[in-house]
Amino acid sequence: MPSNVRRWLKGIGVAGKRDDIITLGHGGGGRLMHDLIVDELLVVSDVMTEEDLEDAALIDDDRLVISTDGFTVQPLFFPGGDIGKLAACGTINDVAMRGARVRWMSVAMIITEGFALDDLRRIIRSMRAACEADGVHVVTGDTKVVERSAADGIFITTTGVGERFAEPAPSATSARPGDRVVVSGTLGDHGICVLAAREELSLRQAIESDCASLLSLTEAIIDVGGDAVHCLRDMTRGGMSAALNEIALASEVSIEIEEGTIPVRGEVQGACELLGMSPLEIANEGKLVAICAPEVTDRLLEALRSHPHGAEATIVGEVGDGPAGRVIARTPLGTTRLVDLPAGELLPRIC
Amino acid sequence: MSKREEAIAESHRLAVEISEVCDRPTILMEVCGTHAHQFARYGLAQLLPDHLQLLSGPGCPVCVTSASEIDAALMLARLSDVTVATFGDMMRVPGSDSTLSREKARGADVRVVASPIEAVALAERTEHQVILIGIGFETTTPGVAVAVREAKRRGLSNFTLLCAGKRLIPALDALMAAEDVSLDGLLGPGHVSTIIGAGAYREFVMRHRVPCVIAGFEPVQMLRAVLALTRQLRDGRAEVQNVYRGAVGEEGNTKALAAIDEVFEPADAEWRGLGVIQAGGLRLRERYTQFDALTRFEIDPPDSREHAECCCGEVLRGATRPQECCAFGIACIPENPLGPCMVSSEGACAAAYRYEA
Repeated sequence: MPSNVRRWLKGIGVAGKRDDIITLGHGGGGRLMHDLIVDELLVVSDVMTEEDLEDAALIDDDRLVISTDGFTVQPLFFPGGDIGKLAACGTINDVAMRGARVRWMSVAMIITEGFALDDLRRIIRSMRAACEADGVHVVTGDTKVVERSAADGIFITTTGVGERFAEPAPSATSARPGDRVVVSGTLGDHGICVLAAREELSLRQAIESDCASLLSLTEAIIDVGGDAVHCLRDMTRGGMSAALNEIALASEVSIEIEEGTIPVRGEVQGACELLGMSPLEIANEGKLVAICAPEVTDRLLEALRSHPHGAEATIVGEVGDGPAGRVIARTPLGTTRLVDLPAGELLPRIC
Repeated sequence: MSKREEAIAESHRLAVEISEVCDRPTILMEVCGTHAHQFARYGLAQLLPDHLQLLSGPGCPVCVTSASEIDAALMLARLSDVTVATFGDMMRVPGSDSTLSREKARGADVRVVASPIEAVALAERTEHQVILIGIGFETTTPGVAVAVREAKRRGLSNFTLLCAGKRLIPALDALMAAEDVSLDGLLGPGHVSTIIGAGAYREFVMRHRVPCVIAGFEPVQMLRAVLALTRQLRDGRAEVQNVYRGAVGEEGNTKALAAIDEVFEPADAEWRGLGVIQAGGLRLRERYTQFDALTRFEIDPPDSREHAECCCGEVLRGATRPQECCAFGIACIPENPLGPCMVSSEGACAAAYRYEA
């Protein structure tokens, strides 16, 4: 059976036993989550469709951009950041991917009883610092305390509303054949950092999370690229694989990446090999992928590389007019393979 | 030329030489999940001649675990006041009616451990009974053996093992005897061989007169092994060759083998796809039977069968290619798998689906 038919059949749920409960895999940023959103959660909205699954939505005659995100991370404090910085930057970044600057933010926290006040203060301080750096005002919030058995530590949800500076807004639907695919730096740093901290992996060199605001980097990109910047995506859960698959589907294009050009730190590559994971599927919290017209690529790359968060920016591939939704990697050997949407939760393998 | 460019040039040179040497239809099998994964990841089949077929064998430890062992693990997870410790890729392997991942979502205490000794540390920190799901080949078994030994030394009364370790060579014998499979050569597994040593294959190769070349995991090494196999076939030889000398010695890792031998003894075991294999698995030696989970919790492993549509058994012995299974990519997909080969990152179906579908 041809693969496109297979994938289509899968979409309409021919699969034998469907899940009747939520498992961790549904939160992994891969196909399980995508299907959950499309099949079950979109019902909540009278305006959203499957095509509207962007990082953030345009509202108020497209003048404003809004996004919301819940943050749960273990450990709460990790090399390079903490849940506070993550919660502020995550939403700032989602809004930035539509070419907008968050001005107002709401913060909701669910805290378990027994949580150390000192830890809470640390988290709040780093949220404040991240917001101040980007001129974000926290204007409303909510706090709930739950029993120890109901949660673990602290969950933070932030919603950001921003004003748009890019015209038109970059969109996952706007990639065109011939466009170049640019990533802003090394892949997998955040995911492997957190995994190493959680699993007590003994890595030769500590890996620091890339947790950072992408706002000023995005402004620099739009500054030089203007309307030739077609899509921007921060490569969080599901990593680059998920971001490119979503873009390829939404824009009805194919994407081919050159595997040998993808920037990955040696330590991250090593940890991935040990765990049987692909750096392409690991979460980042301060990296974006930009899809832009070829004529602006060089200037864009230059702007990225002169920015502290884009020093290792690289062109990794090109958009094509092959089968819609298909993402292909050319290996260093010149052979090709499929880059699929990750299935669900990333689980370290045996041996 | 950089090191990487050299490796690429070498790969292409090897591919050309393989095409020259391999002058007849040839079926080779790798018996290592990581080889299967690497072959697909690097698209190596695209470099090889069409008449050279490369099959995936029973080399993925999660995949060969029998349906009844998985159901036993699920039964253990459903007991109250127990913590089940497992390797990550067992979480989503389907048993008859559930997975460890689903049991966890329903409230079972299931923890993913990266190494067996973590389960012992867990047992020291908790009042709960901690059960380690001890699947795996000789690569993993030494770690499991050390965990059991440590539990005994520390006098832990709340640690047990679901003993499901497998032995590779008896399975290779069973594979050669299977009627629906005919293989011209074997690519020897890298990881298992570091433990059992190249010497462990000599008698097997003599018994079946089939060439066996042990390979590492870089594309260049795997291509070298394929070339060595095709040369042996051209010359009518059947020998053990080792192109992974950096890691695999003749004797193997004697310390690891001694640890296995101290804690376990060979026993008949059921392999998915190959049935019950004489001495194909391990059981705890008498002085360690107190750590046997099935005995402590009085559980009889159910006589479970695979899903009717699932061809994992045939895939594992190379009788069916993943894409030939009628469920592949339709009823069986990585996020909703019917069988284990679609779950593990080392499974042949997962590799085919992820990289080739």
